[in-house]
Amino acid sequence: MSMLWEVEILPSSGNPDFEGQRVVASARSQGIRGLQQVRSARSFLIQGDLNLQDVRNAAEQILCDTVVEEYRIHSLPASHTDQIEATSINVLFHPGVTDSVAENATRALTHQNFRVTATATCRKYWLTGDLSPGELNRITSRVLANDAIEYVVRGPLQISDLSVGSEYRIHVTTVAIRQMDDAALMELSRKGQLYLSITEMRTVQDYFRTLQRDPTDIELETVAQTWSEHCSHKTLGGRIHYVESCDGKIVRDQHFNSMLKETVFAATVQIRKSLGDADWCVSVFKDNAGIVKFDDRQNVCIKVETHNHPSAIEPYGGANTGLGGVIRDPLGTGLGARPVCSTDVFCFARPDYPADQLPPGVLHPQAVMEGVVAGVRDYGNRMGIPTVNGAVCFDDRYLGNPLVYCGNVAMIPVDKCEKHVSPGDLIVAVGGRTGRDGIHGATFSSVELTEESESISGGAVQIGNPVTEKMVADVILAARDLNLYSAITDCGAGGFSSAVGEMGEDTGAEVWLDKAPLKYSGLSYTEIWISEAQERMVLSVPEKNWKHFHALCASEGVEATTIGRFTDTKQLVLKYGDHQVGEISMAFLHDGRPPVIREATYEIKKPTEYQTADNPAMAGTDTAAIRSGATEANDYCNKPCYTDDLRKILSSLNVASKEWIIRQYDHEVQAGSVIKPLVGICSDGPSDAAVVRPDLTSKRGLVVSCGINPHFGDLDPYWMAASAIDEAVRNSVAVGANPDRIAILDNFCWGNTERPETLGTLVRAAVACHDIAVAYGTPFVSGKDSLNNEFSYEDASGVRRTVAIPSTLLITALGQVDDVEQCVTMDLKNPDSLLFLAGETREEMGGSHFHLVSGLKGGAVPRIDNSVAPKIFRTVHHAIMQGLILSCHDLSEGGLAVAAAEMAFSGGIGVEITLPENGRLKDKAAISLFSESNTRFILEVHPQNAATLTALFADLPLSLIGRTTSHQNITMSASGRTYIQASLEELKSAWQTPLQHNG
Amino acid sequence: MTAPKVCVLRAPGTNCDIETAHAFELAGATADRLHLFRLLEDPSLLQRYQILCIPGGFSYGDDLGAGVVFSRQLRGQLNDAMREFLTSDKLVLGICNGFQTILKAGLIMRRGIENPAEKAWEDQFTLTWNRNGRYTDRWVRLKVASSKSVFLKGIDEFDAPMAHAEGRIAVRTPSLLEDLRAQEAIALCYWSPQAAVQMATTGDPTKIELLPEPENPNGSLANIAGLSDSTGRVLGLMPHPERFLFATQHPQWTRRGLRGEGDGIQIFRNAVQYFA
Repeated sequence: MSMLWEVEILPSSGNPDFEGQRVVASARSQGIRGLQQVRSARSFLIQGDLNLQDVRNAAEQILCDTVVEEYRIHSLPASHTDQIEATSINVLFHPGVTDSVAENATRALTHQNFRVTATATCRKYWLTGDLSPGELNRITSRVLANDAIEYVVRGPLQISDLSVGSEYRIHVTTVAIRQMDDAALMELSRKGQLYLSITEMRTVQDYFRTLQRDPTDIELETVAQTWSEHCSHKTLGGRIHYVESCDGKIVRDQHFNSMLKETVFAATVQIRKSLGDADWCVSVFKDNAGIVKFDDRQNVCIKVETHNHPSAIEPYGGANTGLGGVIRDPLGTGLGARPVCSTDVFCFARPDYPADQLPPGVLHPQAVMEGVVAGVRDYGNRMGIPTVNGAVCFDDRYLGNPLVYCGNVAMIPVDKCEKHVSPGDLIVAVGGRTGRDGIHGATFSSVELTEESESISGGAVQIGNPVTEKMVADVILAARDLNLYSAITDCGAGGFSSAVGEMGEDTGAEVWLDKAPLKYSGLSYTEIWISEAQERMVLSVPEKNWKHFHALCASEGVEATTIGRFTDTKQLVLKYGDHQVGEISMAFLHDGRPPVIREATYEIKKPTEYQTADNPAMAGTDTAAIRSGATEANDYCNKPCYTDDLRKILSSLNVASKEWIIRQYDHEVQAGSVIKPLVGICSDGPSDAAVVRPDLTSKRGLVVSCGINPHFGDLDPYWMAASAIDEAVRNSVAVGANPDRIAILDNFCWGNTERPETLGTLVRAAVACHDIAVAYGTPFVSGKDSLNNEFSYEDASGVRRTVAIPSTLLITALGQVDDVEQCVTMDLKNPDSLLFLAGETREEMGGSHFHLVSGLKGGAVPRIDNSVAPKIFRTVHHAIMQGLILSCHDLSEGGLAVAAAEMAFSGGIGVEITLPENGRLKDKAAISLFSESNTRFILEVHPQNAATLTALFADLPLSLIGRTTSHQNITMSASGRTYIQASLEELKSAWQTPLQHNG
Repeated sequence: MTAPKVCVLRAPGTNCDIETAHAFELAGATADRLHLFRLLEDPSLLQRYQILCIPGGFSYGDDLGAGVVFSRQLRGQLNDAMREFLTSDKLVLGICNGFQTILKAGLIMRRGIENPAEKAWEDQFTLTWNRNGRYTDRWVRLKVASSKSVFLKGIDEFDAPMAHAEGRIAVRTPSLLEDLRAQEAIALCYWSPQAAVQMATTGDPTKIELLPEPENPNGSLANIAGLSDSTGRVLGLMPHPERFLFATQHPQWTRRGLRGEGDGIQIFRNAVQYFA
């Protein structure tokens, strides 16, 4: 007889309750002080033909580690008399949310011959402390559970049945669009979560008027998914009229037919053309990831994606599926690439943001950060893909709209880089089953967040199952090498609708929706079509290979199902059983969208005088430190001592050590690690870039780095973009990458680009991307944008407020090195070396961290000298290849002072810097120390190699700035005056402390 | 000498199989990456091999505890095959998730191997959550604490990276630690210069005070990083020797001028040499 049991598992006495400790710490960080102690338990709800002894056996043999845990068993529904249960808070997943622990428990118990029909997991808590009902609610909804995926039951569980799903009877719905006026069309667009514009809605209406019929719901959804900003990038790929003005005069007036094509992509075209036969790009801007040459046997792919909106609502699941999603991109590139490393870059509000000032509907940034890091960790580590490079930026404008960038690098055999769908090939779904999760993710991610996003878009948020994806990846790569399929793509935003729609664009496709394997019954044909359930790939398999392919998948426990066939009709036909539920022409779907035409404006700002801070980016800086006006501008160049400023910059969140995050990532799995994210004598210094050997039989290496600096964007998006490219490239060059073999990627995260001035900043950044990429010979090979990163809410007084993120461009660089043994790291090596500064320091303090910690704003943003920068990169590279360089570090946030300090404390070696006394920076020690001018490196050189280095640089800017010492101190002086003096230990501690004890 | 054949056994979620097989091949063996399902279909396949290695990863997602599901399969349908393998003159190596798996399958304590009446899986020792409560990747110094292990012959100390969440040895009752010492089961300990100083007085690397993080990265009992069975032919360890086959994998290689091979290769070479 079927029974429902609960097995509660708790740490036995003397063993730590980590989850309980996490809850207390997290509640404290969110301002809830009254919570003293939390006991937690994990529990399994098990349904089946089981008696009490069976459940005991299950607990002891499989579920509970009795060396360190104990268990309690109850039958459900629980009796009301249970004293312990009466005070419990239970957190359960909403029905249908991925619960891999429960799935594996069912499987494992069944294997051991327990008669189990269903399993669910639950987390249980018992709270002790002095808590108001409001605080208890906040703990429940903000620390213990996330409404987007979970629900809470206080007291004994009254569940009696775990089954989910329901019977489904097909009912084909048509929408009478032909009769609608504009108002009705827009109502349909909004209420149906289609999020199409009126022009687009009218185009759809016209299409169906021509066909003389009304569309079905699935046809409208298909159009909405395909035309969504997320899937079609219609704004940046669209027509833009860009006007740039200065002092009221128009200085540039340009019509773009396709803005990205004419800027970012055009740079790549130009570079490839100039390389001629030496072109090393293979496939760019056309597949799921960009591909460039690596060696004779293999090419390398790279893709970086964002997963911002889901991460705002459910940080763990959002980041988890963000990484899971971007791993599927290379896997779905060409005929499939093998992932070798991942990257992640996050932007958050500061984690100590006052909890009582949070707008409604916003998760606390500390919780967002913890969840995002854990989400990336759990996916990457389980997939066995090392996470090797990243960055974290903090700015309070990311409060309601954090940014989560995830990237993946993968290797692909040179003969597997192209795919080709043939009519007659089967459409095959591989991997996870389809459920009601992720519905409307593509359209949702293309709109602004509000305080209600959590409730209306809950379905768009998911949890991943990395082991499913690992199994899929393993079997697909095996099938690829047996040539069993002809094309592959990932199921990402838009689910089957996007994947099949894209693959069948040139042929046509007929889809049998009733064949798709479901997680549970009851899904409508439309839900099956647009579900964004994770861990699915779509392949085109020639019929003759189907048996072999299916058997191979089955042999590794991976589900593969034929869900249709590619045709030669150029029509997309959707069927459910005997019913045809939709038919749209591929031409309309892919080329029918009316062009988006937007205005973009940009007003060139002159470098301003230094001003006091009212910049929201500086909220939270010590107000006493905020200086008053331009008179201070000169003062800061004349301070007698800058030790405290250096310490403050090292302690600022953007610069401070991210070791807490990095150590939670497996950055060495696959055994390719050459330069790790943390380097130096104690393995805790900040590496400029990661180096990975993707093939253990070859010495050739990949270099991965990034550049990002939203503070420059507040001053000028052109120089922000230029600086981000420079930073990404110089980070790669600093460890040994050949500057003539660096591919770069753009990821624009912007606010609402329907505002001409917001779009204007983006266009200006894209123009810079073009100019710098061409000058550096670094082609863009892939990119992605995420627009509408704004959060709007009603404040306490009922006023509608909108917070837009700072315009944020991430540049990722993928470099290469011929022999990994020639790489260098940033930690100082010897106590008797000379230190050189390569590159020129200019008075460019705008957006600098010196300004940030001093509460100053304005100033000149760092620029780039296009004629010199590429030569500096090449010369630094030659010096590294000739073995002249003992250590090399790029200068970025905090300038020379921070770079020198980092090199010193990472190597455990002191430095004496003497700033150059000649030239424009005489008597401007602050500029020499803290300016963030681009294209600069500090080089550690053995004295006997100094002359060779100087000769190599010839007339390029290179200056001797000091030497390393055997004592453990840092001094920086000029004109006989010491401006900075500190011990390595105190500076290192300032750098390590801020984020050390997180999580 | 004919190269010994190695079965690198992978389950769903195993993810260190490629580099582990590469390590054995570099050491002179022939390595197959065999899927667990092939072995479940035909358990006799196992006897073709001289060495069984269970590599790192997250078998079955570690969703029911690290290595638990995999371990139950080894001693369920595969129990007879495992007994035959362990009673032959053959070797078993479990690395990270593989260590968690073979420990929880009772293979380290040889439960149910010589005496089929014993319950197979071990319930006196476990590998559980790191003291810091989270997954951690870092390099550690290791000291060989037992002369018994075939895999550790001729090795005294070496560096290797650890990368795990559940690597802390815990025992049901404290007295069990004495049993481990008596059996010379403690094969590897986390190590540090301070430990070496203490060792000068205690003379026993397993009798060193609990080292702090990061030297002992997970708070493991008696600083245990690896356990050997009573025959010396079964070894489980949390750190990853297959991630130190080349000098350039060492975090200090750019400081120490390291080139060529890494220390980890010797463990695989010892396994191959055993069959020479």
